[in-house]
Amino acid sequence: MVPLSYYLVLGGILFACGVTGFLIKRNIITIFMSIELMLNGVNLSFVAFAAQWHALSGQVFVFFVMVVAAAEAAVGLAIIIAVYRTRETLNVDRVNLLKL
Amino acid sequence: MLHLILFLLFGLVCVAGAVNLLVQRHPISSALSLVVVMGALAAEYLLLGAEFVAAVQVIVYAGAVMVLFVFVIMLLNAGEEERTQGSRVAMLIGIPGMLVGSLLVAWVLIQHSGTRSAAVGELPGPPKTLGWLLFHDYLLPFEVTSILVLVAIMGAVVLAARPESAQRTGRES
Repeated sequence: MVPLSYYLVLGGILFACGVTGFLIKRNIITIFMSIELMLNGVNLSFVAFAAQWHALSGQVFVFFVMVVAAAEAAVGLAIIIAVYRTRETLNVDRVNLLKL
Repeated sequence: MLHLILFLLFGLVCVAGAVNLLVQRHPISSALSLVVVMGALAAEYLLLGAEFVAAVQVIVYAGAVMVLFVFVIMLLNAGEEERTQGSRVAMLIGIPGMLVGSLLVAWVLIQHSGTRSAAVGELPGPPKTLGWLLFHDYLLPFEVTSILVLVAIMGAVVLAARPESAQRTGRES
C-alpha cells in the first residue's frame, strides 16, 4: 500500500533530472535522452493517477505518449545524423548557425 | 509492507540511474543508465497494476528506442563529452535549481495530496480491458497514431539519407 504522492514525487524527481540533463549536458544525444527521461516521469504520474481513480484512460494515454515518443526518437535521431554530417560535431555549443 | 519495500527499492534504482545519466560523460554510459531507469519504471508500473503498460515499456522503450539510441551513438562514433564555457554556468545554476525544484515538488505533493493508498488486488488494468478501451473508445486516436508513425518513418528515412544518394534517386525519377 503506497500512497499516491510517493509515485508523484518519484515522477517529479525523474522529470527534474531530465530538465537538469537538458540544461547541463552538451552532447546532443544525451540531451535527447534527457527528454526521454522527462517523458518517463510524466508517464509514471499518468499510471499512478489511473490507479488512484480507477480510470483506465490514463494507461491508454501512456500508450499514446509512448507511440509519440518512439516517433519523436526516430525523427530526432535522423536529424542528429543530418546535423553531424554537415557540422562534424555533436556539441550543441558548436551548432550555432542556421545556414550550412 | 512488501509493496512499499518494492516501491522504495525500484524507486531508488530509478533515481540512481537518472543521476548516473547526468554524471556520466560518455553517451553510451548515459544510454545504459537510461535502460536501467526504464526497466525499474516497468517494475513500478507492475506495482501499480498496469501490466500492459509495463510490457510495452520494456518492449518499446527499453527495447526499440534505446537500441535506436545505441545504434546512433555507435554510428556517429560519439566520444567523451567536451565541456565548453557555457556548460559550467549551466552546472552552477542547474543543480541547485533541480534540488530546490525537487524538494518543493515533493513537499507540496506530500502536504497537499491525500494519503489514501490503493490496495494491490483492486487495481485495474488487465490487458483485455485496456485493449477493448483502445479499440473501442479510443479508436480514432489510435488510427491517427498510425498515420503519425508512417509520417515519422518517412521523415526519418528522408532526413537520414545521404545527400548524394538522394540526388541520384532524384535524377533517375
